[in-house]
Amino acid sequence: MTTIACPVPLVTTDRVQLGHGSGGKMSAALVRERFLPHFHNDILAQLGDAAIVDVGGQTLAISTDTFVVQPLEFPGGNIGSLAVHGTVNDLAMMGARPCWLSAGFVLEEGLPLDVLDRVVLAMAEAARAAGVLLVAGDTKVVERGKADGIFINTTGVGLRPANFAPTPARAQPGDAVIVSGPIGRHGIAIMTAREGLAFEAEVTSDSASLTPLVHALRERVGDAVHTLRDPTRGGVASALNEIAATAGIGIVLEEHLLPIPGPVAAACEMLGFDPLYVANEGLLVAFVPEAQADDAVSALRSHPLGRAATRIGRCVRQHPGMVVLSTGIGGTRVVDMLPGDQLPRIC
Amino acid sequence: MRYLSEYRDPKLARALMAEIKRSATRRWVLMEVCGGQTHTIVKQGLDELLGEAVEMVHGPGCPVCVTPLEQIDKALALAARPDVIFTSFGDMLRVPGSDCDLLQVRARGGAVRIVYSPLDALELARRHPGNEVVFFAVGFETTAPANAMAVWRARELGIKNFSVLVSHVTVPPAMTALLESPDNRVQGFLAAGHVCTVMGWTEYEPVAAKYKVPIVVTGFEPLDILEGMLLAVRQLEEGRHEVENQYVRSVRRDGNQPAQDLVSQVFELVDRNWRGIGPIPRSGLGVRAEFADFDAERRFAVDGIHTAEPTICRAGDVLRGVLKPFDCPAFGTMCTPEHPLGAPMVSSEGACAAYYNYGRFRSAV
Repeated sequence: MTTIACPVPLVTTDRVQLGHGSGGKMSAALVRERFLPHFHNDILAQLGDAAIVDVGGQTLAISTDTFVVQPLEFPGGNIGSLAVHGTVNDLAMMGARPCWLSAGFVLEEGLPLDVLDRVVLAMAEAARAAGVLLVAGDTKVVERGKADGIFINTTGVGLRPANFAPTPARAQPGDAVIVSGPIGRHGIAIMTAREGLAFEAEVTSDSASLTPLVHALRERVGDAVHTLRDPTRGGVASALNEIAATAGIGIVLEEHLLPIPGPVAAACEMLGFDPLYVANEGLLVAFVPEAQADDAVSALRSHPLGRAATRIGRCVRQHPGMVVLSTGIGGTRVVDMLPGDQLPRIC
Repeated sequence: MRYLSEYRDPKLARALMAEIKRSATRRWVLMEVCGGQTHTIVKQGLDELLGEAVEMVHGPGCPVCVTPLEQIDKALALAARPDVIFTSFGDMLRVPGSDCDLLQVRARGGAVRIVYSPLDALELARRHPGNEVVFFAVGFETTAPANAMAVWRARELGIKNFSVLVSHVTVPPAMTALLESPDNRVQGFLAAGHVCTVMGWTEYEPVAAKYKVPIVVTGFEPLDILEGMLLAVRQLEEGRHEVENQYVRSVRRDGNQPAQDLVSQVFELVDRNWRGIGPIPRSGLGVRAEFADFDAERRFAVDGIHTAEPTICRAGDVLRGVLKPFDCPAFGTMCTPEHPLGAPMVSSEGACAAYYNYGRFRSAV
């Protein structure tokens, strides 16, 4: 639902705030102002989901991600499965086949070992299903109160096949915007578990490896896949805004085409949230030329994870850098990036 | 989704819009009172679709927006105290005070928690007997009953470490103040459906009669708002000025009597400052003397905090409908959702944020 051309940060802040980790504008400003000036190099400067490195004729993709979710276990997964899917999906979004994974654990004193067992088991299963080997690891334990149960960092390395190079910069006017499934499940599953909110139907996280969907797309339409993105933190809206800005295109979404499950819509109505900003962990957005869009949708639908795949909009020359939504009754509105976290509304 | 999709039906919406355009022989100026209605209007692009028949002025009914700077500063002072757990609805956390907001107080170590109900704050007080739990009780008549209930329950249960920082406001005095203003342009009102669910509409009848303005009690979904507009336009075209009820599925003439009783047991009418508008006599609710123990202002002696509103922000003109957000010199440049100068840019229900979020496209193409 709702929000910038002007990248003004919160100038008055002298401390890190939770909003800096939201995946919205505050996160972007933190990276741009605090990290990039000191870490600058050509590979990092691409700022893709994963870094792309050429080594002896092979193209590698490298990505790292840290997981701090609460609760540790939620409907549809736990922090272990999430730590695999999150990193593996970042590699897949650059067109790479994930091969190797490292894992670093920060454990809090007092963590029940049976919780750790369930997390590790889920992690192993997720790695097996994603076809990735966990080849290096590290564990640290900190005093009670210095962490929140378990933090996990995973780093993934994948191989990118020749002639397949989806990247945000390749999105162009005339591309159809396709999503592989329903929007908003992970964020709402976490929120309902965290806040103890009960809705009529339980929402389960969509956390899953997207590798099979990328494979299906590559088999069917090959390098016509211009751009892939997994809209995690910040949701579909933030991912599309980043792509629109990077590629210098406009994006038009059709409200009536958005696949938002009833329980997600209901939870968002109650909390005053917009599903377009809610996190997903097993969803991809694909940009494919209009002529190949039907093929791409049917390729996605051939896999159980993608059976609800559908077009949600298109890329245009107008309003570059801006995502616009046509409302069901014929109005339009800008779908901007949020400054920080979505905050529940008062009434 | 049942009870929602019915009120968002595109076909019915188009039929209503056509009927509004047919009925209007000129362009009428209407004000929707409530921020939730503003949200729907801008989110659905209704004002753009109906621009030739109706000019919508976004009213002062966003509780986040009208909470005066002084109350925000008191909240910040309380939240910074080491013994206090400060609780609030989510969107109050980003409202700028004189030098920071509640999110920044939290980053500096203050215990600031988002709650979904004042009763959750009360529960927090029960679980943390060693802390003082303060709830930021803001809002119109809609949120007043639940906040009154929290205070009443605290006394019932003998919970001594719970109090409320109150900045409640009421709708009718604000409407009257707007109508009394010499530069008023508003010709009819969509009254706030949820306020009227609690209060009914009898208090609007003298306002409609005295100022000769139609007042239509209106809901929050697109079809509600379009029907409310149509009823108001028809009244204006026919020269009538009555209180009508569009939101029949929720509002009765006398409102919710038990809720009103509870509110008047705990709260009493007080003079209140409105951010951007200024002081309006007897326009707010304050804690009654019998419940003084639960009044954070009395308990923590923050009444020494006095803050003047900044002059650069023209939120008052926006809230009074004299200035469109686009026409404010600070809009989108000095004042953005990341760095709001005034409260209407903070809340997603605020008129400025609503324009910024949804309306920028119109100036871009």
